[in-house]
Amino acid sequence: MDSALTVHRLTFAFTSIYHYLFPQLTMGLALYIVVLKTLETRRADPHYGRAARFWARIFGLNFVMGVVTGIPLEFQFGTSWATFSRFSGAVVGQTLAMEGVLSFFLESVFLGIFLYGEGRVSRRVHTLSAWMLCLGTWLSGVFIVATNAWMQYPVGFQVDGGNLQLESLGALFTNPWLPWQYLHTMAGSVVTASFVMASVGAFYLLAGRAERFGRTVLRLAVPGGLAAAVAMAFPTGDGQGKNVARYQPVTLAAMEGLFETKQGAALALVGQPDMERLRLDNPIEVPRLLSFLTYNRWKAEVKGLDAFPRETWPQNVPLLYYGYHIMVGLGTIFIGVLGLSALLLWKDRLFAMRPALWLLMLMLPFPYIANTTGWMTAELGRQPWLVYGVLRTAAGVSPNVSAGNGLFVLLGFLGMYALLGILALFLLAREIEHGPEPTEAAEGGR
Amino acid sequence: MATLWFGLVAFMFVTYVVLDGFDLGVGAVHLLLARGETERKTLLATIGPVWDGNEVWLIGAGATLFMAFPALYAASFSGFFLPLMIVLWLLMGRGIALEFRNHLDHPVWRPFWDVVFSVSSALLAVSLGVALGNVIRGVPLDASGQFFVPLWTGLRLTPPTGFIDWYTLLAGLLALAALTMHGSLWAAVKTSGDLAERARGFARKAWAATALLAGAGTIATFSVQPLIPARLSAHAEGLVFPVLALAGLVLARWLMEKDADVRAFLSSCLFLAGLLASTAFGLFPYVLPSNADPARSLTVFAAASADHGLRVALWWWIPGMLLVTGTFVFLYRNFAGRVEAKDGDPARPAVR
Repeated sequence: MDSALTVHRLTFAFTSIYHYLFPQLTMGLALYIVVLKTLETRRADPHYGRAARFWARIFGLNFVMGVVTGIPLEFQFGTSWATFSRFSGAVVGQTLAMEGVLSFFLESVFLGIFLYGEGRVSRRVHTLSAWMLCLGTWLSGVFIVATNAWMQYPVGFQVDGGNLQLESLGALFTNPWLPWQYLHTMAGSVVTASFVMASVGAFYLLAGRAERFGRTVLRLAVPGGLAAAVAMAFPTGDGQGKNVARYQPVTLAAMEGLFETKQGAALALVGQPDMERLRLDNPIEVPRLLSFLTYNRWKAEVKGLDAFPRETWPQNVPLLYYGYHIMVGLGTIFIGVLGLSALLLWKDRLFAMRPALWLLMLMLPFPYIANTTGWMTAELGRQPWLVYGVLRTAAGVSPNVSAGNGLFVLLGFLGMYALLGILALFLLAREIEHGPEPTEAAEGGR
Repeated sequence: MATLWFGLVAFMFVTYVVLDGFDLGVGAVHLLLARGETERKTLLATIGPVWDGNEVWLIGAGATLFMAFPALYAASFSGFFLPLMIVLWLLMGRGIALEFRNHLDHPVWRPFWDVVFSVSSALLAVSLGVALGNVIRGVPLDASGQFFVPLWTGLRLTPPTGFIDWYTLLAGLLALAALTMHGSLWAAVKTSGDLAERARGFARKAWAATALLAGAGTIATFSVQPLIPARLSAHAEGLVFPVLALAGLVLARWLMEKDADVRAFLSSCLFLAGLLASTAFGLFPYVLPSNADPARSLTVFAAASADHGLRVALWWWIPGMLLVTGTFVFLYRNFAGRVEAKDGDPARPAVR
């Protein structure tokens, strides 16, 4: 903790992980709210409007948390990573400024209309505002992932006078890293929203209240979640993995815990990277599967960490390895749980099968863990680089901000975010306890 | 190209102050102006649908600054590390207070968030003024184009200076007074009855404080930063900005007398925009003067990205801004007119 670099890295890691707990829900939830608003109009049934309003309240709370915890990230580029900002702002600032100008305004304007406008604006304008809000959040994802994709695989720039300058804006958006990373991220967001909805729906069915609401959200969230969970693995996860193999082979070796270059490399399911002996302890492996997954050939050679100079290895190989394995393990479990639930739903047995409802309800924290460890894989895997192959993380920090000043701010964020988290959980629990508005007595049954 | 982007970024910051300024001002007077839950709800409903959009102008301006002037963004954000982080915490407290308040209808819960909202809004208004004061006064840039200011080193202007000294504090108080006037006028436009009448009274008092502090601030600025009077006398066309500011100030008072709420509010917008534009024009081409060694002052040309990137950025910035203008007109039109909240008629339903 005595080095400014460590303090600034911890601050960015902590504030960005905390921030992403909120957008990962709101981006996916926006999509479901649009579906509910559309059902309300199509079927002329106020039941769907009530469901949309319930989720809008959850959305509003999470969205504001996302906004206020997002601003510190944008500020930190300048405050704590000034050398990086000066060096690459002409390029990376493009996508960040586009996010601000093209999507943040859209989101915030239509959020205001969506949250405050019902009953005041026409129903069409209200539905339109839900659509625009959803569009804004998904567009915002394009720009921020384009920014990250550029840091993972920098393109479209030239070095001029010691700093980077933009050569081609188009290149930033045709970056081969972007499409898979974007789709993978957005599918992850739909998975989180699906599990949150399914969990709340299952809770109401188990508690024997707001049952029509519970059934409606499960009918939407289980198939939606299954589609997204499958998309996480294939094609998006597969595509993302092949990008890592191609553009950051040393990262792939560290993620997989592959210390030695091998033909027909095995895929480690479980094991502990031992950095003293440079091997994987207690491995459980599937022979040759890593070669196949990476190159579609069972005997292909996969480069291990030994093929790369040690100073290019990601600095924290074990954490990267665990982050990646937790993400993949949870992703597999999600497909299983949602596949089973979808089967039961199709056979019309889900709503009466209490163990399955319990399982869905208790899944709530896991998509958050999977999304977090996924981003940890991306960010730890990029180390020791801030801009891959161009600028090292250690070289990007603000030289004029001391460790002591940095620690003051880190502690401030820790305290503030702990408090905000407790209050937000308290309010969310109350909203769920309160439930959707009661239905009219005539509207029982399905 | 750098000069053009200087103008565009300045435009975004001015728009931020004019728009978020009124909701900050409403926040600053919230506890004093609104009596009882119904009035507080009414006052908050005047900014509820728009404050988030207004605040996005700060984020948009910051990100555009990052793209167009990376060296300025890097130097100023890292140099003002502590004050900026404290501003962030205030922005958070304020946004959270507005949202959290709505979720629970309870006689202990709501007053707590009202205080958080009001205090953080007032401190933000002061901080914006202090920050602008720092840019005008200049910062101790070193040979590598960096600096770091502590929060304070005493109130005197002799280096080493901190974020707060007598001059920047004066600028902060001016900002508080001006935004209080601005916010009170907005409240007068958007409410009716007793509340609007009280808001008009607040606006008159705040006008007097604003006029006094603006006079003192102008004299102080001319002595603290001689670049500004020098440039204004060399480029007389720039005098149009201070003249507009003065016109806005005078008109606002005259229209307040006539109870022409909307036009008084617009005059206040003109005053704020004129004041900020005068500052930007007066400092140009400097964007961050050095108070240690004038030769190290950062100019707009030294801070700018290369021309190609700036030219490309116009292709998305201009359509983007047209879109933003359209959506803002749409937003404000949808929420036009005076807000009436009755008891038990919340702007957004809360859990009881």
